[in-house]
Amino acid sequence: MSTPVVSIQALDAGLGETVIFPSPGKIIRMRMRRHKGFIVGSIAVLLTFLIAILAPIVAPHDPYEQNLENRLKPAIWQEKGTWNHPLGTDNLGRDYLSRLVYGCRISLIIGFSIMMIALVLGTIMGMLAGYYGGKVDMVVSFLITVRLALPAVLVALAVVALIGGSMTVVIVVLGFLIWARIAVVMRASTQRIRSNDYVAAAQAAGCSTLRILLTEILPNLADNLVVVATLEIGRAILLEAALSFLGMGVMPPTPSWGLMISEGKEFMFFYPHLIAIPGIALFVLVLGMNLLGDGIRDVTTPEGRS
Amino acid sequence: MVAITVSIVSFMMIRLSGDPAVALAGENATSQEIELIREQYGFDRPILIQYLDWAARAIQGDFGESPYFNQPVTQIIGDRIGVTMKLGVMALLFAVVFSIPVGVLASIRPNTWIDRTALGISVMGQAMPSFWFGLIMIIVLGVWLRLLPISGTDSLANFVMPTIALGYYGIPAFMRLTRSGMLEVLSSDHIRTARAKGLRWGRVLFKHALRNAIIPVVALAAVQLGFLLGGSIVIESVFALHGIGYLAWESIGRSDLPVVQAIVLLLSMIFVGLTLVSDIINAFLDPRIRVK
Repeated sequence: MSTPVVSIQALDAGLGETVIFPSPGKIIRMRMRRHKGFIVGSIAVLLTFLIAILAPIVAPHDPYEQNLENRLKPAIWQEKGTWNHPLGTDNLGRDYLSRLVYGCRISLIIGFSIMMIALVLGTIMGMLAGYYGGKVDMVVSFLITVRLALPAVLVALAVVALIGGSMTVVIVVLGFLIWARIAVVMRASTQRIRSNDYVAAAQAAGCSTLRILLTEILPNLADNLVVVATLEIGRAILLEAALSFLGMGVMPPTPSWGLMISEGKEFMFFYPHLIAIPGIALFVLVLGMNLLGDGIRDVTTPEGRS
Repeated sequence: MVAITVSIVSFMMIRLSGDPAVALAGENATSQEIELIREQYGFDRPILIQYLDWAARAIQGDFGESPYFNQPVTQIIGDRIGVTMKLGVMALLFAVVFSIPVGVLASIRPNTWIDRTALGISVMGQAMPSFWFGLIMIIVLGVWLRLLPISGTDSLANFVMPTIALGYYGIPAFMRLTRSGMLEVLSSDHIRTARAKGLRWGRVLFKHALRNAIIPVVALAAVQLGFLLGGSIVIESVFALHGIGYLAWESIGRSDLPVVQAIVLLLSMIFVGLTLVSDIINAFLDPRIRVK
């Protein structure tokens, strides 16, 4: 997905350093192969994607099927563990591995949907503020300050609790709460791009503002967008987990990792793996997303590393 | 200005997301009971009037009475805020004390194992769910090793795990900022001069370099404290610390709206205040910003 996005940037960066050979695409691919974080991140994210898509095949059991005779069965490495339930079962006798596998789907769906809402909101606001400046900029900056001042977790908890928890509610509420960071980045990038000659040329040629924003500025924001979006997915997944953990997010019996930790909390002194496993899954997925985001940034703009 | 908007936004969001009278009355209430509550709390008036009424009293420090405790909200929050403040400040101190030395070390030896480890810690810190980290600490330190108490607020030992769980969240930002600031300063001319005239390396490092590099870190600390206070809701509920975060969580569960609104407003105001403090600190420490 990164090749078309990346090549524009590489052209800028690549021309100076390499005079004749490797093509821009090749330079990017070389950098990708050398960037350890990028590789580890992509593997973790790809693996999660695969597990999520192939969940019905990977999962040995139905994640919702309860069996009260099989409650809290031990995992395979513990005494009396069986291959029938490699990670044991939870307090309702549901197969833990299957719930973990389906939890991948929930985390990814929620993470992506929240990010899409936040991305649309943040990009529109950031681009308008960056392009117009002046009063529009003041209004957007003000909105950003207001949003940052609101304690996100607390507001999300309160709103979700009042409307009633469900995946859709969580997605919409969090989407409307985390756009601020995207808007900040997009605003700064738009300000930088706006002063380029080709924007002035487009203005001189009489292009409409909408057209300039969509065809001159947006494509140049793209690699920035991919980076911020990847990092925001990680944050969104963690927020959803926290909400579900506190009991005001996704509702049972949905196999959300945050919810699984919350359900396992009751038994954590006797069955610590019930909370350890979903937590590690969350950690790996979010770490993968963050490494991938950092990696894309380093690969596309190696000079802008901080 | 920000304060007013925040108060409007939080008020509207909480009010418009559900009927407070229904929430308050509970699941088995009859429609007459709901009507009664609606009249009693003034939920039948236009929302604008409700807001103005609430805001006018909030300015005077009166947030109404909690229907659950039958006590003034101000008093309930006053009883609990100490715990949250203590936790927030301790978490901030922990993050700063941990990350500045590591950041400095990483900047002296860039791209060595020290630098890599520091980067690793900060990357992993950002990916770990704080509530999960807290629970794991409870199991390992509290139950297996029996080193620390797992809940309550009686002694300082009770705060050790919550402080780490909350504070590690701030570490990546501080560490990166210290490292990049130090790297920048260390390559500048006045450091070269200081070294050339034969000053001891330690003196150069702390007196000449760190002083300059630390300005943005100090400013960040003020903002971070705001974030940490906001994030304490999760940690407080993990460790059952009776601060305002835990109070907010419980109040949300029992639809105690006056308390929830007051806490949202309070945390937002603290954040706005801290942002202002951060700007002032910045201007105070760095003459270049004052000139701009």
